[in-house]
Amino acid sequence: MNLEVLVFYLFASITVAAAVMVISARNPVHSVLFLILAFFNAAGLFLLCGAEFLAMILVIVYVGAVAVLFLFVVMMLDINFAELRQGFLQYLPIGGLIGVILLVELALVLGSWTILPSAGGVAAAQTPAIGDITNTDALGRILYTHYLLPFQLAGMILLVAMVGAIVLTLRARPGVRRQSISAQNARTKELAAELKKVSSGQGV
Amino acid sequence: MVDASPMTGTEMMVELALIVAKILAIVVPLLIAVAYATLLDRKVWAMMQLRRGPNVVGIFGLLQPFADGLKLLTKETIIPAGANKGVFLLAPVLTFTLAMIAWAVIPFGDGLVLADINVGVLYLFAISSLGVYGIIMGGWASNSRYPFLGGLRSAAQMVSYEVSIGFVIITVLLCVGSLNLNDVVKAQEHVWFAIPLFPMFVVFFISALAETNRPPFDLPEAESELVAGYQIEYSSMSFALFMLGEYANMILMSAMTAILFLGGWQPISIFGLLDWIPGPIWFLGKIFAVLFVMCWVKATVPRYRYDQLMRLGWKVFLPLSLFWVVLTAGVLVGFGWLPVKG
Amino acid sequence: MDALLKEYFPILVFIGIAGGLSIVMILASLVAGPQKPDPEKLSAYECGFDPFVDSRGRFDVRFYLVSILFIIFDLEVAFLFPWAVSLGDIGVFGFWSMMIFLGVLTVGFVYEWKKGALEWE
Repeated sequence: MNLEVLVFYLFASITVAAAVMVISARNPVHSVLFLILAFFNAAGLFLLCGAEFLAMILVIVYVGAVAVLFLFVVMMLDINFAELRQGFLQYLPIGGLIGVILLVELALVLGSWTILPSAGGVAAAQTPAIGDITNTDALGRILYTHYLLPFQLAGMILLVAMVGAIVLTLRARPGVRRQSISAQNARTKELAAELKKVSSGQGV
Repeated sequence: MVDASPMTGTEMMVELALIVAKILAIVVPLLIAVAYATLLDRKVWAMMQLRRGPNVVGIFGLLQPFADGLKLLTKETIIPAGANKGVFLLAPVLTFTLAMIAWAVIPFGDGLVLADINVGVLYLFAISSLGVYGIIMGGWASNSRYPFLGGLRSAAQMVSYEVSIGFVIITVLLCVGSLNLNDVVKAQEHVWFAIPLFPMFVVFFISALAETNRPPFDLPEAESELVAGYQIEYSSMSFALFMLGEYANMILMSAMTAILFLGGWQPISIFGLLDWIPGPIWFLGKIFAVLFVMCWVKATVPRYRYDQLMRLGWKVFLPLSLFWVVLTAGVLVGFGWLPVKG
Repeated sequence: MDALLKEYFPILVFIGIAGGLSIVMILASLVAGPQKPDPEKLSAYECGFDPFVDSRGRFDVRFYLVSILFIIFDLEVAFLFPWAVSLGDIGVFGFWSMMIFLGVLTVGFVYEWKKGALEWE
């Protein structure tokens, strides 16, 4: 058997197994750890497709950043596991609905790539020949010029996310003393201490 | 290996054996280097305080690291009753493994690298961003107060400095135009990036200290406050793995500094006088120099307070490095000095 | 494509070897060291008393805020990587395109700063 195929099945089966464990593990922390494993193997699958940049970004952004947040949330909150289980049936219909919508959307995306007559044009346009340059470079050559609008839109979304996170989580706590470096550095000897000449036998 | 023409079984085995041999050629010297890094750390620290440091086991204490290792090996492995056993043991294994595999892409000489991948810089960035997991997992799985606080602090700290490291790497990449580490080194043939990008060099070095939890940023394991942070409940070899991983990360960060800013395996060119010294020696020399400075810092700088640490990361380094990205790009574009590719 | 995979295969082997090595080291210490657990030894580290409450309590929401901000800036860095590599080819237009992107995020950063989200107490 070809090694490439072997590695593919290795990554693919671990991804699927890990994904199943994500939803079936009893402890939510274990779920997140399995999610990380799934991300990792998905990165491996990207690599097998030759998309090395995407593979690394998947690890950096999802494993290195997003999953850290997830871990924070599930580790540090006291979640009552039994209570969570009880809601399972209650949320099943809406969860199933979302699942179906996602599936349909995925099918639409896939379908439009293969069925639509214009799809061929989209795929062929602007992509530099693979092999001459690395795929990071290829991505860079079209992302900031040809796809300018979506790129700027992504920036806007990040801005909204930033503002949203601050609005939702930030609350001023009264009575906190903060260090003011400039005030500290601005203090001079004259401001800080006062010299008094005390003549002997008199006291202050 | 995958090839155009399918290989026979024996060819594959030979190829595999070759890879394993190469990996061992990295891992074994690395482990010895890590062992001596612990000794170096203690010796330098001691000398700066006019002490002798370890000097009983072997001449100048040269066998001390091995004595330590052997001692840890024969100690009892204690897994706390309240701990989450699987995660508890997985944490040190993860820390150690990550610290090792990062070395796969480090070029020791011209083309002397195990895996010469196109996205070497990203690979290193990715591996270093995973380092935080060992610590969070260890801190959480111990189910004890100090490790938990240590893990928390550490996660927030590493994450904060990761951002500025990212921006610093971008400034270097702008001057190189490639993500391949070998290309990064080659681009510094005439001038090391430490000279034109000096502020970024400083930011990178300090962030590297924060990433590896070295003093003055050792809050996660601050001895006098948190006893030993996330490592408290660990003993025996699981503790040793954390220690090895930590020092291996230190050496890795030194190697990254050497590659990104100090010209990697490029010799110091004094009219070609020293060019006869082979590249790997230069590279190791530079790693050693950076490592020495790390130990030096430990002996001289007092520990940061947590709010100061966060301010330095978010309010000083982040804007500064972001500004330098813009400045570097602006200068390169403005003067047409951008690296051109074929 | 095959040449590309050829470069990554050693990393896969490396992961196996490094992971295997660390597991072997832990197992070796289990064999070499004495194993005599007792309840006091296995209790959580504290100053001589049993812990009063479960250690995994709630904590400051700031830690979440820091990690959310980290995700955003990490994404920003992720966008910068291909830009830094290909800036020579996309030239001035690509440069200004990124400047607008960074400008938008700088607005967010300034907002953050003014709101005091970066203050730690």
